[in-house]
Amino acid sequence: MKKLRISLLIVSIALISYGIYSGEMQQVFHKAILICLECVGIG
Amino acid sequence: MVKIKRYWIQITSLLLGNSYVKGFLEGTIYNGNLKKICFPGLNCYSCPGALGSCPIGSMQAIALDIKYKFSMYIAGILILIGTIVGRAVCGWICPFGFFQELLYKVPLKKIGIHKLFEKIKYIILFVTVFLLPALYISFDLGLDSPYFCKLICPAGTLEAGIPLAIAREDIRSTLGLLFGWKLAILIGVILLSMAAKRPFCRVLCPLGAIYSIFNKVSFYRMEVSSTKCIRCGKCKSTCPVDHTIYENPNGLECIRCGKCKKICTSSAVKSHFGNF
Repeated sequence: MKKLRISLLIVSIALISYGIYSGEMQQVFHKAILICLECVGIG
Repeated sequence: MVKIKRYWIQITSLLLGNSYVKGFLEGTIYNGNLKKICFPGLNCYSCPGALGSCPIGSMQAIALDIKYKFSMYIAGILILIGTIVGRAVCGWICPFGFFQELLYKVPLKKIGIHKLFEKIKYIILFVTVFLLPALYISFDLGLDSPYFCKLICPAGTLEAGIPLAIAREDIRSTLGLLFGWKLAILIGVILLSMAAKRPFCRVLCPLGAIYSIFNKVSFYRMEVSSTKCIRCGKCKSTCPVDHTIYENPNGLECIRCGKCKKICTSSAVKSHFGNF
């Protein structure tokens, strides 16, 4: 179990790092600073 | 003591996560750098006060982007949080979970939720967050919306739809059938929350579904001593999600709130961080 937990931690950090590197974080930012019409219920 | 401490953390999380007061006053949303980071709980990023992003909204948005197709970044954040605390986010941080807990205090006749309904959230997670965006990307079927946000999410209606509609005439004038549908879901969840324990978290929430998978493996563990436990059932009756902890201490539904520890007269329930 300990190995699995450590592996998951490593995988998560790798995924976050890759996401930042590939520009995903910036994409999340661009989506999040505009009012989400679907969330509001406009469509 | 656990109860007071947890409520304070829930209130603090709600206020800190939605502290952009200017947004409520002007009907705008925060557009600073904190939006690059996901709030761990279900908190709509179009809430005028929200400082962080919603993980479920972001995951759908990235999945619908032809360049990415799947969000490694959000998946990494959710795996990281899930691996450390599992579903404790639902019990301690999530503003919408807190909202439902407050509603349950309304003195009405209480009802239970059948365990089978608790599986629905996994279907919702799979269909709205993974399948529909994948179909859009693969076959261009025109399924280009974040469907959970659009058709289901009552947190979006409560935190974004209603405050923005109140503050802005232009938004108010564009509301139609979809808003009516989402409002009906919100009202349904509110009414049901007064009668049943956390119905949205247990039945519909895709974020809870993701975190629940990590309960079995997370560093933070619940433990029940089989020698001390007398199976009196007090833990189940006080549990905000009706989980029977002595049957499955790290089961999918446990939100690690610690109320069972507090109520247990034989001190059979413990929680701790496992080995790093």
